[in-house]
Amino acid sequence: MSETVGIIFFIIGGLFDLFGCIGLVRLPDIYNRLQAATKCVTLGTCFILFGAFFWSGFSAMGIKALLCAAFILITSPTAAHALARGSHIFGVKLWEKSLMDKYAEDEEGRLSGGKVEKA
Amino acid sequence: MTLFIWVLVFCCFLCLYRVGAGPTPPDRTVAIDILGTLVVGICTIWAVIKGKDFYINIAIAWALLSFIGTITLAKYLEGKGFDE
Amino acid sequence: MTKKMTIFLVTLVTWLLLTWSLDPEEVIAGVTVALLISVLFSNLFLSQGKKTNFAPRRLGWFLLYLPVFFYYVIKANFDVAYRVLHPEMPINPGIVKVKTTLKTQTGKTFLANSITLTPGTLTVDIVGDWLYVHWINISTLDPEEQTKLIVTRFERFLRRIYE
Repeated sequence: MSETVGIIFFIIGGLFDLFGCIGLVRLPDIYNRLQAATKCVTLGTCFILFGAFFWSGFSAMGIKALLCAAFILITSPTAAHALARGSHIFGVKLWEKSLMDKYAEDEEGRLSGGKVEKA
Repeated sequence: MTLFIWVLVFCCFLCLYRVGAGPTPPDRTVAIDILGTLVVGICTIWAVIKGKDFYINIAIAWALLSFIGTITLAKYLEGKGFDE
Repeated sequence: MTKKMTIFLVTLVTWLLLTWSLDPEEVIAGVTVALLISVLFSNLFLSQGKKTNFAPRRLGWFLLYLPVFFYYVIKANFDVAYRVLHPEMPINPGIVKVKTTLKTQTGKTFLANSITLTPGTLTVDIVGDWLYVHWINISTLDPEEQTKLIVTRFERFLRRIYE
């Protein structure tokens, strides 16, 4: 469709990927790193895929890129939930300067970790 | 255009640093999850550079497999069976 | 039966979009595989307790929800990028507990995914009506205020879409 729009989307996507990876290195504990992973890197890659769509228009490549973007937008938060819950049950503590941890305080949340209804 | 590939490869090296240095196993799992998403981006830009759409197919397959792998690792961290 | 038809149509349309051609061979292969999947694997999908019938009003609310959602996603990205790049990293993380009023499974799933993709919040677990949310910058310690900040802005839309 338009190559300029595609390039702009590529630049935004690449920058957000870079910010996400810097966050992965800098942030103090796993839950904060997951924040950077699910937000910056997901949206950065989605922007790159949208850029491919704007570059090539309604061709095979553009439609596949759109499908892939939708797929990533659905699966990435799901993987983040699974990883956050898994690491909490695994026993990773929050960063020592964290303000509160209601999940560890609530006995029911800790005990019923695996058996509750899946959402 | 090749510049974008280099930016993403640099991001991959940051992820690899976290895979090597992460103090706990979940940290390494998060880094591997991000690595999968970055590879999808690299494949997409490569498809645009080369103008061939089968690289996008690789990206879709990679996204699928990366998701399944992450879920499997998360279940393993919970210490539970895979059939729940 | 309706469930099988839905799965058949969704898989077939996805296949046709992925191949992006209407050759007879592609269509025949797609129909065969979609039929096999809908017959063999339809019992793996959760069936909803309550029948939610399709209405154009729901679709309209969904289309209205998408731009609002994307606005929050973009805002979230700038927020997290600012916190990451700031030399002192202004973060006050913690896990808070908020209550949702949504009842259906699909509604809760969409709520949890929306929360994960928006400013500094990440759903850790759902127990009944309670959501455990990891928040990168806790701005208030009052649970009521937290619920209002995290959940209410999406519940307005999701209740109209799914209930």
